[in-house]
Amino acid sequence: MLLLTCPYCGVSADETELSPGGEAHLKRFGPGSSDEDFEGYLFMRHNQKGVHFERWRHTYGCGKWFLAARCTATLEVFGTYGAQTPEPPKEIIAKIQAKRPDWSLT
Amino acid sequence: MTQSRDHLAQARKARQEMQELRFASGRFCAQICRPQYPFASRTGPNRGKFSGVSFAMRHYSVFAIVKEALGYHQGWERAWRNPTPKAQYDAIIIGAGGHGLATAYYLGKNFGITNLAVIEKGWLGGGNTGRNTTIIRSNYLQDPSAAIYEKSRSLYETLSQDLNYNIMFSPRGVIMLAQTEHEKRGYLRTAHANSLQGVETRFITPREVKELCPIIHLEGPRYPVLGGLWQARGGTARHDAVAWGYARACSAMGMDIIQQCEVTAIHRENGAVSAIETTKGRIGCNKLGIVVAGHSSHVADMAGFRLPIESVALQALVSEPIKPCMDVVVMANTVHGYMSQSDKGEMVIGGGADGYNNYTQRGSFQHIEETVRALVETFPMISRLKMLRQWGGIVDMTGDRSPIISKTPVENCFINCGWGTGGFKAIPGSGWAMAELMAKGHSPLADEFGLNRFREGRFIDESVAAGVAH
Repeated sequence: MLLLTCPYCGVSADETELSPGGEAHLKRFGPGSSDEDFEGYLFMRHNQKGVHFERWRHTYGCGKWFLAARCTATLEVFGTYGAQTPEPPKEIIAKIQAKRPDWSLT
Repeated sequence: MTQSRDHLAQARKARQEMQELRFASGRFCAQICRPQYPFASRTGPNRGKFSGVSFAMRHYSVFAIVKEALGYHQGWERAWRNPTPKAQYDAIIIGAGGHGLATAYYLGKNFGITNLAVIEKGWLGGGNTGRNTTIIRSNYLQDPSAAIYEKSRSLYETLSQDLNYNIMFSPRGVIMLAQTEHEKRGYLRTAHANSLQGVETRFITPREVKELCPIIHLEGPRYPVLGGLWQARGGTARHDAVAWGYARACSAMGMDIIQQCEVTAIHRENGAVSAIETTKGRIGCNKLGIVVAGHSSHVADMAGFRLPIESVALQALVSEPIKPCMDVVVMANTVHGYMSQSDKGEMVIGGGADGYNNYTQRGSFQHIEETVRALVETFPMISRLKMLRQWGGIVDMTGDRSPIISKTPVENCFINCGWGTGGFKAIPGSGWAMAELMAKGHSPLADEFGLNRFREGRFIDESVAAGVAH
């Protein structure tokens, strides 16, 4: 069972306590943007096989949204961090690279 | 040791005698025992002609079984060849699942393209084709969906004869239960849409539901059965046999099915695919079809474009085998569960997909619990059954829960994906449409399922109509 630690309340919660919210760090495009950018924001997803940054909500706990770095091929969790983070923090990237030396943020 | 040698010698002798008998009596003509498979001879532009190289394929029939029985069943041959890849093909299909093999088959049968390879990372039919709950139906709300799924269902009806391979199509009927007032109105609407589309479905009363499926409990405290959408021509088929039948027919047409061969890169020249790099070397192609379900984003990334797809795990399970108790398929979409009984007697159960990206082919435990909990309320008699086995597959979900059969930003590269939780029923129709698209550049069945619909806002929004279960 997937276990994630909520960065806000510190609880190690299993997936029944959480709601998945899809890919993280999407760049938002609204009125005035090109069709391609808007389509990319709404529908196109990286859907990586490997390291994936994603949104979760601690629904049956503190209720806060947070972000997680997780491998979709092994379900290994590298770390969780606050939702108000525009890009993956350095310490998370360091944690991933410690385990996956070949990996880099594209 | 000597015993087994004696046994083999006996078998050989029996086979020889049988052959002599055949020639002496003239009762078995060579056509019955070993015909050339009639590809592209009945339909398509190459009507009446053999297309390219074709290989002798043993015709399966009652005569073949009798003949082999006399020879202790020692004479059966491999159903498909296991070739090494050539340097260049007219077309390559990545993915030897049902959809990939069906695409190859209809490219050969309808368009005479047989210089073709199907590349498979694992073994053929080992992905979602071998992991689904084998339900076949076509009672969709939107016109483009109804058209392609109904084409598919109608092809399933004659697929065993078409492929000379028993796919065990069983049109036992499918009921989709209405368990809320909202769902009831939704299915009434679908039934009306289906009658306009020429798809035979009917909204039935709770009493009719009970007559068709006596083990059902109609008066659930929370979700009583208020009726159902009944498609009598829906049913199930043997999922492995569908892949095997297509593979055998493709191989007999001279196509190469290359298993245990992973694609590692896609080479492009001037915006078009020129070759693919695989674990068995570089293979050139004039056209490329990507038909890899859960790994679509992964392979599309190699070709240099993105897809509106997320891959998630969907699970199914079967109970221990019991005596026949249910001869229809029942789907309960409000409570996320569906069930049918296999020919072996196992209750085949499916439910909802996980909500997070996953490539591991196993799902979360709580989804099994939720599915079974819902079905125990609907079918109280299954509460004491033991679960025999459980498995997961990776399904490719699009934004509007409808598939993509489309050209791509890369010229001569085509993609067929996004079947999500409902791919098995679509195999023949999907292959038919994808083959037409690859051969002619467009297909009336596939036109609405283009990649550009997301940019243009022309969704085929079955997620509203189909709920979760497919």
